[in-house]
Amino acid sequence: MTISRPLKTTLLLGLTMPMSLFILGVYNGVMQTLYRAGVLQQHDVAGINYYQGLTMHGVINAIVLTTFFAVIFGHYTIVHYLRKEPPKWSYITSIVFMITGSVIALVVMVLGKASVLYTFYAPLQAAPLFYIGTAMLIIGSWIAFAGWVPLWFEWKRENPLSKMPIAILGTFVNFTMWFMASIPVIYELLALLTPWAMGIREKINVPETRTLFWMFGHPLVYFWILPAYIGYYTMLPKIAGGKLYSGNAARLAFLLFLILSTPVGVHHQFSEGGISPSIKLWVSILTFGVSLPSFMTAFTVGASLEYAGKKRGAKGVFQWMARLPWFRKDNYLFGYFICGLILFIFGGLSGIVNGSYTLNQLVHNTGWVPGHFHLTVAGPSILFILGLTLYMFNHVSGKPLKHRATATIIPYLWTIGVAMLAHGLMAGGLMGEPRRTNMGLTYTNPESHLFNSAWVPSSTMTMLGGIIMGTAALLYFVIFFRMAFSRPTTTPKIEMIESEELHIEKPIPLLLNMRPWIILAIILVASTYYPSFKEVFKYSKPVDNRFDMENPANLNRNNE
Amino acid sequence: MDKYELRAIVLSGGLLSVFFFAVLYNSYSRKIDMPTCIPFDKTFEESKVKEIDKGLYEIYLVARMWTFDPEEIEIPAGSTVDFYLTSIDVVHGFHINEKGVNMMAVPGSINKITTRFEQPGIYRFVCNEFCGTGHQNMAGTIIVK
Ligand code: HEM
Ligand SMILES: [Cu+2]
Ligand SMILES: [Cu+2]
Repeated sequence: MTISRPLKTTLLLGLTMPMSLFILGVYNGVMQTLYRAGVLQQHDVAGINYYQGLTMHGVINAIVLTTFFAVIFGHYTIVHYLRKEPPKWSYITSIVFMITGSVIALVVMVLGKASVLYTFYAPLQAAPLFYIGTAMLIIGSWIAFAGWVPLWFEWKRENPLSKMPIAILGTFVNFTMWFMASIPVIYELLALLTPWAMGIREKINVPETRTLFWMFGHPLVYFWILPAYIGYYTMLPKIAGGKLYSGNAARLAFLLFLILSTPVGVHHQFSEGGISPSIKLWVSILTFGVSLPSFMTAFTVGASLEYAGKKRGAKGVFQWMARLPWFRKDNYLFGYFICGLILFIFGGLSGIVNGSYTLNQLVHNTGWVPGHFHLTVAGPSILFILGLTLYMFNHVSGKPLKHRATATIIPYLWTIGVAMLAHGLMAGGLMGEPRRTNMGLTYTNPESHLFNSAWVPSSTMTMLGGIIMGTAALLYFVIFFRMAFSRPTTTPKIEMIESEELHIEKPIPLLLNMRPWIILAIILVASTYYPSFKEVFKYSKPVDNRFDMENPANLNRNNE
Repeated sequence: MDKYELRAIVLSGGLLSVFFFAVLYNSYSRKIDMPTCIPFDKTFEESKVKEIDKGLYEIYLVARMWTFDPEEIEIPAGSTVDFYLTSIDVVHGFHINEKGVNMMAVPGSINKITTRFEQPGIYRFVCNEFCGTGHQNMAGTIIVK
C-alpha cells in the first residue's frame, strides 16, 4: 500500500531516532561487562560513570527503543491490515511527544542528573525533568493508540463478516494492556516523584512507589515481547515456508496475556516487607498462569515450523529442523526470528525460576536476573526489533538494503554473544554476584579487601559474551545507517509478510471479542492490587528522605 | 481448536502445575522462611545484636549509604537468628548467598527473616540493590564460631 508523506516521515523518524540512541545503549552495555569483569577498575570512563551508564543502558534499550518500536510497528501493522492511515493529528502529536520526552530524558542522563537506573526507585532522586520526559514518552505512545481505535471500528463496519486479523488483535491487546499498566506509573511519575523531586512534596511512601512501578514494570516486559509474538504467529510461518498451525491458539494466547500480565507485578517484590506472604503466593500462581501463553506459543510456532520443514520434504521427528531456511541471504529475516525463539526457551525457563516464590530468594538482585532478561529482551525482543527495523525501513523509505550476507549472520553472532553473557551472569548470580554493581572497584579487584575470586571467571565469561554482542551490534549499525543514508530506488510502500492458517478453524466467539477479557483483566488487577496497597499503607510509613546518588546527606534536611 | 493444540495446552498447564507443586512441597518440607512484614516502628532504626534466649539471636540491621550497621557480627554455631532489616536513607539489599537470605531494606518499612547458622565459618553479605556511588563498597561479614 502507498503511504502519505507525513506518515512516511513519522515512521522513518521513529525508526532512526531510537536506533541512533541505541549506539549509546550498546556502548554502555559493553562497558558494564568490562567493569564487572575487573578489566576496568575505576569509577568512570570518558566522564560517564558506571551507574550513569547503566541508567542510559536501561532507559534507552528497554524503554525508549522498545516503546518507539512498538508504536512504529503498530502503525505499520494497522495500515497494512486495515488499509487505512491513522488520523494525522494522532501520529504527529504522538511522535512529537515521544521524541521530546526521550530527548529531555537523554539530556538529563548525560548531564548526570538522573543516575537512578531505569526503575527510578525513590528516595534516590533524579532531576524532575527526567520523570517528566519519561512520562511524555509513555503518553506519546497512548496517543498513537488513540488514533488506531477509530480505524478499527470503521473497518469493522465495512467488513462485518471478517474476523479481526491476528496481528491486529495482538497489537490491540498489547496497547490495551500497556495503557492500563502505564496509568500507575504515570501517576507515580507526575503526581508523586516530580513534586517530591522539586521539593514541593516532602514525604514519600517508598513501598507505594515501588508497587506502582512494578504494576507497570512487569507488563512492560510483555510490551517488549508481544510485537515479536505477533511476528512469530503472523510472519514466521510464511518466512519459514509453511503455515500457521492454529489461529485460535494464537488468539487465545494474546487474550491470556491481556488478563494475566498486569496483576503479576508483585513478583518483583517477593523479597521486600510491606506485602504479606499470602499475596506473594497468589501472585506466584498468577505468574505461572502467565507463562501458559508462552508455552502455547512455543508449541504452535514449533508445529508451524515442523510443517514448513516437512513441506520441504523432511521426514521423521527431527529432520524438519535441518530443512528450515537457515543462513539464506534472500531470506535474512529468518535468523532474527529463529534465534530469538531459541534464546527464549532459556529465557522462559529461567523466568519460571524467578517467578517461583521461594526459589526467587536465591536469585533476587543477583547477576542471574539480568542474565535471565537478556535472554528475553536482548533475545527475541531485540532480534525482532533489529530484523523488522531493517525490513520496515527498507520498504517505507524505498532505500535499498545492501550487505544482505552480513544482515543474515548478525542474529547468529548476537545469539552466541547473548548465550555467553547470560551464562556468565546467571552462573555468577548463583554464586551471589550482585547485579547493578561496579564490581571492578571492589569484588573483582584483587587489591580490594572485598575481592572475591569466585566471581572472576563468571564475569569474564559475561565480558566475552558482551564483546561478541557489541561486535554484532556494530555490524548492524553499519548496514542500517548505510541504508539510511542512501538514495531511494523503489517507491515507498507498506507491505507486511502475511502467513496463512493451516486449517480453517471454527470461529470461537469468545476469542473474537476483547471486551469480556478487558473486564476480566480489570477484575484481576483490582483483586490483586487492592489488598496489596492496603498492606503497603498498613505496614509502611512515608519518609521525608531525598538523596543524590553521590552524597549520603538527606537533601530534605539541608534547608533546615 | 485443533486436538493436538488442545493437548499441547493441557500438557503445558500440567507441567506448570507440577512445577508449582514442587515449589510448594519443597518450601514446606524444608521450612523455607520468607521475608515477612512487620508494621513500621522507629525502634528498628537503631541497630542491635541481642541474645534473647540460649542460641536465639535478634539482630536489628540498619542499612545506610554505604555501610551496614553492624558490619561485622559474631555468633556461635547453631544459633537461630531473626534478622530485622530497614534502611534510614535509600533502598538497599541484603544478601547472604550461602544461606539463601535475600531481602530488601526499604526506608519506612521493616523486613524480617529467620535463619539458622549450623556450620562455623565466615559468611559474607553484600548490598545487592543500587544505592548510590558507594554501592559496590557495601558489604559485611557474619562470623560463626
Ligand atoms: C551489547 C549488548 C549488551 C550488553 C553487553 C549488555 C550488558 C548488560 C549487563 C552486563 C548488564 C548488568 C549490569 C549490572 O547489573 O551491573 C545489563 C543490564 C541491563 N540490560 Fe543489557 N546488555 C546489552 C544489550 C541490551 C539490550 C539490547 C537490552 C534491551 C533491549 C538490554 C537491557 C538491559 C536492562 C534493562 C538492564 C538492567 C539495567 C538495570 O539493572 O538498571 N541490554 N546489560
Ligand atoms: Cu515480572
Ligand atoms: Cu547498595
